[in-house]
Amino acid sequence: MSDVSNGDERIKATSKFRQSLMRPELGGIVGTVAVFVFFGLFAFDSGMFNAQGVMNWSVVSAQFMIIAVGACLLMIAGEFDLSVGSMIGFAGMMIAIFGATLGWPMWIAILITFVICIAFGALNGYIVVKTGLPSFIVTLATLFILRGFTIFIPQTLERKTIIGGIREAAEGDWLAWVFGAKIGGPFFQWLGDLGVIGTFTRGNRMGEPVVDGIPMLMIWALGLVIFGHWMLTRTRFGNWVFAAGGDADAARNSGVPVSAVKIKMFMFTAFCATVFAVCQVMEFGSAGADRGLLKEFEAIIAVVIGGALLTGGYGSVIGAALGALIFGVVQQGLFFAGVESSLFRVFLGVILLAAVILNTYIRRIITGER
Amino acid sequence: MNVSTSTPIIQMKNIEKHFGSVIALAGVSVDIQAGECHCLLGDNGAGKSTFIKTMSGVHKPTAGEIIFEGQPMNFANPRDAIAAGIATVHQHLGMIPLMSVSRNFFMGNEPIKKIGPIKTFDHDYANRVTMEEMTKMGINLRGPDQAVGTLSGGERQTVAIARAVHFGAKVLILDEPTSALGVRQTSNVLATIDKVRKQGIAVVFITHNVRHAMAVGDRFTVLNRGQTLGTARKGEITPEELQDMMAGGQELATLEGSLGGTV
Repeated sequence: MSDVSNGDERIKATSKFRQSLMRPELGGIVGTVAVFVFFGLFAFDSGMFNAQGVMNWSVVSAQFMIIAVGACLLMIAGEFDLSVGSMIGFAGMMIAIFGATLGWPMWIAILITFVICIAFGALNGYIVVKTGLPSFIVTLATLFILRGFTIFIPQTLERKTIIGGIREAAEGDWLAWVFGAKIGGPFFQWLGDLGVIGTFTRGNRMGEPVVDGIPMLMIWALGLVIFGHWMLTRTRFGNWVFAAGGDADAARNSGVPVSAVKIKMFMFTAFCATVFAVCQVMEFGSAGADRGLLKEFEAIIAVVIGGALLTGGYGSVIGAALGALIFGVVQQGLFFAGVESSLFRVFLGVILLAAVILNTYIRRIITGER
Repeated sequence: MNVSTSTPIIQMKNIEKHFGSVIALAGVSVDIQAGECHCLLGDNGAGKSTFIKTMSGVHKPTAGEIIFEGQPMNFANPRDAIAAGIATVHQHLGMIPLMSVSRNFFMGNEPIKKIGPIKTFDHDYANRVTMEEMTKMGINLRGPDQAVGTLSGGERQTVAIARAVHFGAKVLILDEPTSALGVRQTSNVLATIDKVRKQGIAVVFITHNVRHAMAVGDRFTVLNRGQTLGTARKGEITPEELQDMMAGGQELATLEGSLGGTV
């Protein structure tokens, strides 16, 4: 009876292929390959794969990645946050108000914004776990509340909904550097001098490389993906995240602090949204009341493409990052390929549907449901 | 095995539990010995669930005393009871189908590996222990990363039991573990109960199936309408008598005649 090698004759031997199907990242990997092959064939000469083009879609993908990591961990913990987009707008506006309008040092403005936004995330989580209401509804309320404030506050203070002057206010600030700087400038200059990447041939930046550094945004994206993946798969807390989303009651019975886990994930999602917002205002030098619109859905779509189940308990941060990459490459690639940009939405709808159907199928394989 | 002479590991004395005007338990006394399988029988509504929930710290008794290892116990919540060594495996298990067997096995008790100040989930240890424990219980896993969802109901019960035993349960309460299982799976679970009992763990086996109780039980306590109808040792009572006691005797006897002994 204890002969392991014997196996159970009723369980069909599963092929390596079928086993690999069970990895949540599978959809993301296949999608990524497909997207690169597609644009490699149809848009190779469009400039999409030269230094400037690569930087273009990489930055867009990195933006998606930052919010997708938060949304992914939260979804695995069994909850949604629809207030991510509003949070981005709100956080950007807070930085502009504190840093530009009130003239506080930029690092204080950024830190206070983080505190406020994470507190909102905690409030979202607290209401969800205390009332037992679906997070869908609770965060939908937050979506409107935050967006309302994002429009009301600058209008009351400055009589406008876009506040500029952030770049000047952030000049020389260490924390602003962490979010807004570009690193590796000399390296890219060297590449430009060698002729590996193109240089400007006219204007006042003549001789400078077209790509003058890696924005900190990308470092944040990479850092968050690595941290998220490590935490989810390699730590005790990661096991609790899976357990909280898989079956909250069963997890509680086993001594997992489900409520605390969920609240922390809401806070982490708010943190990611704020990182996105700070990078964005540092890049643009301004905050607008309409920033971050629909970002919550884009984050959720990236996560679902990445193989996470909408019902929680299953998913992968690496998958979500690949979903964000697909998202970014397609959005920018269609532009490079000269395709009418409205078709991007058609693509989005189709790929979302395909991903959800694939995920449901995979879930059936895993759980043996019929 | 002579279980009656040793001191019981847990004694429930005149336990009463009232929910508002409803008297769910009206003075139930049971003592459970280490290494025995004590079957708690009773029809629906007899108070079995309320009784074991009192034992496992979910309910506080309205009156009565719980003595665990010679000490009066007052469990504030289930976690207290678990910490003391009273583990419950529920009918609806507490396993998460989408997670691997090894992640489920260590859920809430994850082994930690320290690398400097950083603590990580020790997957190697978890996987090794899970495979060992499963092999001991006679379950062949494809691997420790196999999802619990792919296991049969009986295997899931066995994983849950093995988990409770591994984490130091002294009293294992099994709440109708066989009620939703097929014949083959039931016999696997009963075999597991037998193995656990032989390790010196007290097993409280709740069921309303007399044959399952007879198969593994050392002693049998029948609950009816919130009261004990007495405790009998194996060999002192026939299945028919147990069945009659559970159903309140008279009515079933008449019914059994018309059903031709099929109940």
